[in-house]
Parts: sequence; structure tokens; C-alpha cells
Amino acid sequence: MMQPVRHTPGPLHLAAVVLMRELRLALRRWDQVLQPLIFFVVVVTLFPLATNPELSALRHIAPGVLWVAAMLASLLAADALFRPDVEDGTMEQWVLSGQPLPWLLFSKSLAHWLLTGLPLVLVTPVVAVSLGVEQGFGTIMMVLALGTGVLTLLGAVGAALTVGLRRGNMLMALLVLPLEMPVLIFGAQAVESAMRNEPALGIISLLASVLLLAMILTPFAMAASMRISIE
Amino acid sequence: MNWIWFHKLASPPSAYVFATRLRPWLFWVSVVMMLWAAYQGLFVVPLDYQQKDAFRIIYVHVPVASLSLLVYSMMAIAAAIGLIWRMKLAHAVAAACAMPGAILTTLALATGSIWGKPMWGAWWAWDARLTSELILLFLYLGYMALRASFDDIGRADRASAILAIVGIVNVPIVKYSVVWWNSLHQGQTLSLFGKSEIDPSMATPLVVMIFAFLLFFGAVLCDGLRAEILRRERNASWLSELKV
Amino acid sequence: MSDADVSTPTLTANALHLWRGEHHLLRDISFSLAAGELLQVTGPNGVGKTSLLRVAAGLMPAESGEVLWRRISIHRDPARYYDEVAYLGHANALKTDLTALENVQFAGSLRQQVNKPDCLQALHALGVAHCAALPVKVLSAGQRRRVALARVLLCDAVLWILDEPITNLDTAGIELVEDLMAQHLARGGMILTAAHQALLVSHAGTRNLDLH
Repeated sequence: MMQPVRHTPGPLHLAAVVLMRELRLALRRWDQVLQPLIFFVVVVTLFPLATNPELSALRHIAPGVLWVAAMLASLLAADALFRPDVEDGTMEQWVLSGQPLPWLLFSKSLAHWLLTGLPLVLVTPVVAVSLGVEQGFGTIMMVLALGTGVLTLLGAVGAALTVGLRRGNMLMALLVLPLEMPVLIFGAQAVESAMRNEPALGIISLLASVLLLAMILTPFAMAASMRISIE
Repeated sequence: MNWIWFHKLASPPSAYVFATRLRPWLFWVSVVMMLWAAYQGLFVVPLDYQQKDAFRIIYVHVPVASLSLLVYSMMAIAAAIGLIWRMKLAHAVAAACAMPGAILTTLALATGSIWGKPMWGAWWAWDARLTSELILLFLYLGYMALRASFDDIGRADRASAILAIVGIVNVPIVKYSVVWWNSLHQGQTLSLFGKSEIDPSMATPLVVMIFAFLLFFGAVLCDGLRAEILRRERNASWLSELKV
Repeated sequence: MSDADVSTPTLTANALHLWRGEHHLLRDISFSLAAGELLQVTGPNGVGKTSLLRVAAGLMPAESGEVLWRRISIHRDPARYYDEVAYLGHANALKTDLTALENVQFAGSLRQQVNKPDCLQALHALGVAHCAALPVKVLSAGQRRRVALARVLLCDAVLWILDEPITNLDTAGIELVEDLMAQHLARGGMILTAAHQALLVSHAGTRNLDLH
């Protein structure tokens, strides 16, 4: 039998296809997309209620609060990253597509960040003001953008590892949070520097290199974990 | 290079027998070394200028802390070997490292805390070393929790191998970030080691103690490996024919 | 291994063993499949039919034994194997929020460049062209299965691995699927399937593998 001529899609085309699908799906389920964002704002609100609503006091803990809230929101979002696809069988088809799985999963994570990380970044100035932050909003947004990128990628690895398990949720948090601690440390310091209008280029470069490292390494971990999870 | 000995050792029956024979040696040698080093450390080595007797806990703290990191690396490397070359025994070694590693890390935290009380007046401080150890403990616990979540041992092996590899890549990053973070907030806590160099008279028992703990861990690993092999091979015929 | 061997499509399984936990599910299973042949895996529930199909598809690694496609292990160059295989599992692999057409289009574009007419044609062949613009969540179970089968048809693959392809289909649907399968075999394709109901019983290329 003659083999049909196959025009194999190139990487950019694949990424575009995956992105289109994710965005289209999100559009039809926009309530799901909003949930992490709302969670982020709710968690931030907890802190003035729990401590001292004086803006001068909140200013001290603002970097930490922003980041902890972002980490928790990212965890929540990560659980929904792969579970629906694994449950309805579409992930299996991705594995069987013959296309590089790391690239497919990376594209999906990128779409996920656009839908869950980016809104967070855009809302950050508003939330920061409520915590007494007065300046450095641009830098803070950039820092959050880089950091939430790493959080999304690490969350994706945790999600891929635990998606095949029945009681996955809490375990994923346990696995992912320790790995995210460096991001928290660097990110909080960066926000702190930005708030005081100090030069933060050094830390931002550090965060950017962590993001680059994550972008290169995590897709392979995601793919390997996914193959195990769908066995 | 002749790899036959490696392949022979890599089969569960030979590994089991090897571990059984090796264990008593490791155990007794390490116990002797520990007793000597403990005696030296507790009674013979002179008082530290600043900390008086309190510093003596380094004879336990330093060995367990350095070993906790070494064991994690061993675990990750064994898991990677198991994943890449599909060696079941490598996975068994990784599995056997987890609990002892976690216990070592807990001991490091406990001894660090005990040391801290006379030094800082508090049972805990967010010192760079202790914080890194704490995060390492989380990594161990996560590894063990992931393993336990899979019913199928093969899948548990492979999934936890990926986690261990991701973890080991993260360890230098975590260390670096914690040390940097701590240096920013210096002045609030004292580093556990302070600024003084360690005197040679204090160093020898420490080195001996580190090796003693290493050998002791080796003995524990032999036991753990034997238990893992038994668990995985319990239906195999070679077990009933064993004469050890 | 001559060039001829490599170019003829054959699926071979040698001495497959699979454990699920402690349970020795597949014991020393071997089979071979050539162009124009249909291999039906039969047996009671839980005997390992789905697992065998998943091992053949490369989704599950077998404890020992090998699966060869064109005489080369499928794990040696998975991309080449998947290029020529279409797999249908128990689940339909459809996103319920997308329309039938969108689903088929997306699945197709992962593998190759697809255009809308081809997708519509595949849906038409399964009798669900009128569902093209409907979101899958409003379709019945039988219609969803047909959309899933349309995806398989669109793949233009040599080997079809179908796990319970006729679930939820009515008699007309079953006949339709059998026709499509016969056409596929006539074109030189091969099918590995597990079904509770025997398919294409009278077909010349049909063989049986009973697991027990």
C-alpha cells in the first residue's frame, strides 16, 4: 500500500493550533477562567482582615501577600490544566499524534498562562494599591509576569504527575510549593525593590533566567509524567 | 571495561545476597567509629571559645545535614538510572533511600534547633541552613507521598523518578535563593557556624563522624534495599530457594 | 531485514506480558497482522482486551515482549508509528464544548494539514454531517461515537486500533461501521479491534484472538 504524502505541521503551526483550541475552549467556559483571578483577589483581602488594615502596616507585607496569593491561585488553576483532557481522552490522542509531546504541552501551558497568569498580572496594580503600594507598578507587573510564568510551568509538572491519581489535588500542592519557593524569594524581593523605586534589574534578570530554565526543562518533565499518568 | 560484574549485581537475587553480606560490616565498623568520635567529641575536644559546650552538637548536626543532601542526590541519581536504563533495582535503591533521607533531614532540623536554643534563645530561627533543610524535608516528604499514591509499583517508580530529578535540579536553586535571602536579612539571626574557623583538634572527630554516619547509612540502605527487593519479588521463585 | 520487509505494513506482537499491580493480565500474547486483515480480540470482561490494545498502541509499556510495526519496534521511532496509526479508545476524545467539526478539525490538524471539506466529508461518511456545527455536548451518545469514528476516518491511517467501536450505535450505525471497515481493509488497511459483538464475521480477512 502506498504511503500517503503527509504534510507534517511545523512547530509554530502546532503551537498556533493548540493555542487556538485552548482560547476557543476558554471563551466558551469563561467562568472557569475567572475563578483563579477571583481567588487571587479574595486571598489578598484575607490579609488586611487578619492583621492590620492600616496601609502603612500592609505595605510591609505587600510583596509577600501578593506572591503567596499568586502561588495559591496558580495552584488552583493548575489542577484544571490537564484533568479535563485526560478524562475525556483527548490527551491520549495528543500522545498518539506523533508530534513532540513536550512542545504540545508547553504550548498548552503558554495558553494557560495567557488565561490565568496574565489576568493576574493585569489586576496586580489594583490589588497592590489596596495593600498600600504607592509606586513601581510597572516593574511589579513585569516581575509578576515573569514569576507567574515559572509558577504555571512548575504547576504543570505537578499536574502532569498527579493527573492520573484519584485523590490528586492536595498532593500536587505539596509537590509544587517547595519547588516554587525560590520564585517566591526572588519575586518578593523584586517587588520590595520596586516599591522603594530601587534598581531591580539584577533580580529581574535572575527571575528571567529561572523562567528560561523552566521553559527549557519543564516540558520534558511534563511529557514524561503525562505518559506515565495515562498508562 | 568488563561490565559483567555490574549486570550480575544488578539482578535482584545477587543484590539481595550482596546486601545481606555487606550489612554487618558496614554496621559494626560504623558503630565503632561513632563511639570513638563521640567520645572524642564529648570529652576530649576542648571547649569552644564562644559557645562553650553547646558547639559539641556539631558532631551530630553536620554529619546528618551533609548526609541528608548526599542521600537526596543518591536517590535522584538512582531514580534517573532506573528511568533511563529501565533497571528495576535502581528504582528499589531510590525507594530505599527515601525514608532514611527524610529521617536524616529531620535529625538535622532537630539538632539545629537544639543548637539554636542556647545560641539564639529560641527553638527556631529562619537561618539559611535550617530553612534549606526544611525545604529539603518537604522534597523528601513529597517524594514519599507521590510514591505512596500509585498502586502500581512500576508507575510509582517512574513518576517519583521524574519528581526526584526535578527536585535535584531545584536543590542548587533553592540553596542559592535561601542563602541570598538570608544574607539580605542578616543581623536578625546568627549563622549556625558563626565566623570562627574550625580548629584542627575539633576537625578529626568530625570527619570520622561523617564517615561513620555514611557507613551507618550504608547499613540502613542495605536493610531497606533487602526489604524493597522482598516486596517487589515476593512471588519469585528464587526467594524460596534462598539460603542466606 | 530487506527493504521489502520494512515497506510492507505489518503489526507483530511477540510474547507480551503485562502485569496490572499484582495481577498477571497478559500472558505470552503473540499475534501478527498484515494488510487487509482484521484481528478481533475477544474474551470476558476484565481479561485484558483494552490493555492489549493499549500496549499495541504504545500507550502502555509491556513488562516483556515487543510490538513491531514494519518489523521495527514501535518504541524505536514512535513518531513514525503514530503517523500510520489511528486509535479509538473507550472515551471519544472529544471536547464537549467544541462543535463536532471543530473537534475533527483540531484532531486532524495535529497530524497534518486538514481542510474543512475533508472534515465535513468524514462526518458525512459517518452520517453525522448535520451535526457539524453543533457542540458535542448536545449530541447523543451514538452521535458522539460517530464523530469519534469520523476522526479515525480522517486520519487516513494504515492501522486502526479500535476499542469497542460500536458502543452506543444503533443497528444502522453498526452496519455503517462495518462497511467502512471493509472498505478500509479493501484499500490495504488493517484493523485491530476489541468488541463484545463480532464484527465482519463473514469477511475473508477476519481472524480471532481469544484471551481467557
